[in-house]
Amino acid sequence: MEWETVIGLEIHAQLSTNSKIFSGSSTAYGAEPNTQASLVDLGMPGVLPVLNKKAVEMAIRLGLAINATITPRSVFARKNYFYPDLPKGYQISQFELPVVAKGHLDIELDDGSSKRIGITRAHLEEDAGKSLHEDFHGKTGIDLNRAGTPLLEIVSEPDMRSAKEAVAYMKKLHALVRYLGVCDGNMQEGSFRCDANVSVRKPGQPFGTRAEIKNLNSFRFIERAINYEVERQIELIESGGKVVQETRLYDPDKGETRSMRGKEDANDYRYFPDPDLLPVEITPADIEAVRASLPELPDAKKQRFIQTYQLGSYEAEALTASSELGDYFEAVAKGTQDAKLAANWLMGGLAALLNKHELEISASPVGTDALTQLLNRIKDNTISSTAAKDVLEAMWHGEGTVDAIIDQKGLKQISDTGAIEAMIDEIIAKNPSQVADYRSGKDKLFAFFVGQAMRASKGKANPNTVNDILKQKLEG
Amino acid sequence: MSTISEAEVQKVAHLARLAIPEDQTTAYVSKISSIIDLVAQMSAVNTEGVEPMAHPLDSVQRLREDVATETNHREAYQAVAPEVEDGLYLVPKVLE
Repeated sequence: MEWETVIGLEIHAQLSTNSKIFSGSSTAYGAEPNTQASLVDLGMPGVLPVLNKKAVEMAIRLGLAINATITPRSVFARKNYFYPDLPKGYQISQFELPVVAKGHLDIELDDGSSKRIGITRAHLEEDAGKSLHEDFHGKTGIDLNRAGTPLLEIVSEPDMRSAKEAVAYMKKLHALVRYLGVCDGNMQEGSFRCDANVSVRKPGQPFGTRAEIKNLNSFRFIERAINYEVERQIELIESGGKVVQETRLYDPDKGETRSMRGKEDANDYRYFPDPDLLPVEITPADIEAVRASLPELPDAKKQRFIQTYQLGSYEAEALTASSELGDYFEAVAKGTQDAKLAANWLMGGLAALLNKHELEISASPVGTDALTQLLNRIKDNTISSTAAKDVLEAMWHGEGTVDAIIDQKGLKQISDTGAIEAMIDEIIAKNPSQVADYRSGKDKLFAFFVGQAMRASKGKANPNTVNDILKQKLEG
Repeated sequence: MSTISEAEVQKVAHLARLAIPEDQTTAYVSKISSIIDLVAQMSAVNTEGVEPMAHPLDSVQRLREDVATETNHREAYQAVAPEVEDGLYLVPKVLE
């Protein structure tokens, strides 16, 4: 019998607040070490944490978006462990009463069906500082700027059955937190990171022993790390060994996971309610106020795109990956009155340029007005689609407006019937044998004539006009 | 009879990074055991329908507006640190 993979994810989303969760220190990224670490963040005696209102609101936003219950009275707890980048000797987190209780998220599978992934809980907690292990003559350097940054830890049920499903879930959640404006989703800076609990079992059997893979900060790594870990566990069991419960680190250079430390000892966190913090009360009115401020969410936007713009499910999914992309698409679709064309260019030419230069749509040098003008020049037959690609590239590099580039590069399409007719007459005269073959039934040769005509016009002839005239003349 | 073993006392001490000399372990065992016994007595009380108390004060958490109010005092804070370099606190090497 085949093995079944069981995956649950713990995702840490750094909340986009201006200040820390329990202190008035700034959370801006990239500051000089320890310049944003106040007495509260340093864990000095006699200080008191005071909870950031915005962090609570953001947790509620996420909770509502995943159809979760918001806990009316949630409690902060101390998670006790020792590490130099955790000055207090405990992390303020939530244990028994997290702010967000059970919810769910639907992911789309390759075959187009959807699958519901349960979310056990989401709780607020503070981030730790950073340890720098290199270059301090045998010592470790500690930067506490990140200590106290608000995190929302979103814990899924063990509902995923493949690395692909795990990635689909993570991407969906990533898009969601960005829609909601609760997290910038910057994975390179660690704003959105993931721990994966992975085990294998024979279908129908109880869950196997799991290993936890820590700190996966890219969609590519998470897929590779899970696949490696699944293989490792299967090989281990099939050769008579046993999986031990432990924390493992993924090494992207070697493409493998390795044991970090046994978790039995580290797991004994001795949680207890933090006496420095009172229970957090969230009233139905608080929840309704947050609900009223929610934007249109990805699933609703996707359905609207399918209905309003007659897009396919795949296109609608891709164009709602971020709210910026959705807005961009809608602006161009309205400007051109041609949603299909807008979708094709956004997902084709423009997406290729964005990928190549590793830019988000919000940073695109070609704005919605420019792309709209360009597509309208295709629609009014001024230029061909092929020429439009050149214009897009030129606009990307700041070479001017659509019309200026078309003029400058001489890309205007020839739609003048007389000129095209003369050109086609010449082609027919030059290729008598092909003409004869075509007329005796070799239909495929039509493409040959189109090719000749496009070449003769240096790609500028309007393909529709060429087709019409060719048909006429060849039939004749 | 003690409700906690010597090994457990040493384990809890280790988790809290406290050093308990071997010859004092027995004393700790008996003191901690009497605390646990007291809690065990309380466990016998029927608490059905009683909401667990998260805090002795009958009040709720006050929330702070999300404004960065702190300024940089690194120099003052690091003046009491045993060792610093390039703005970082230095600690004995930690390996993962």
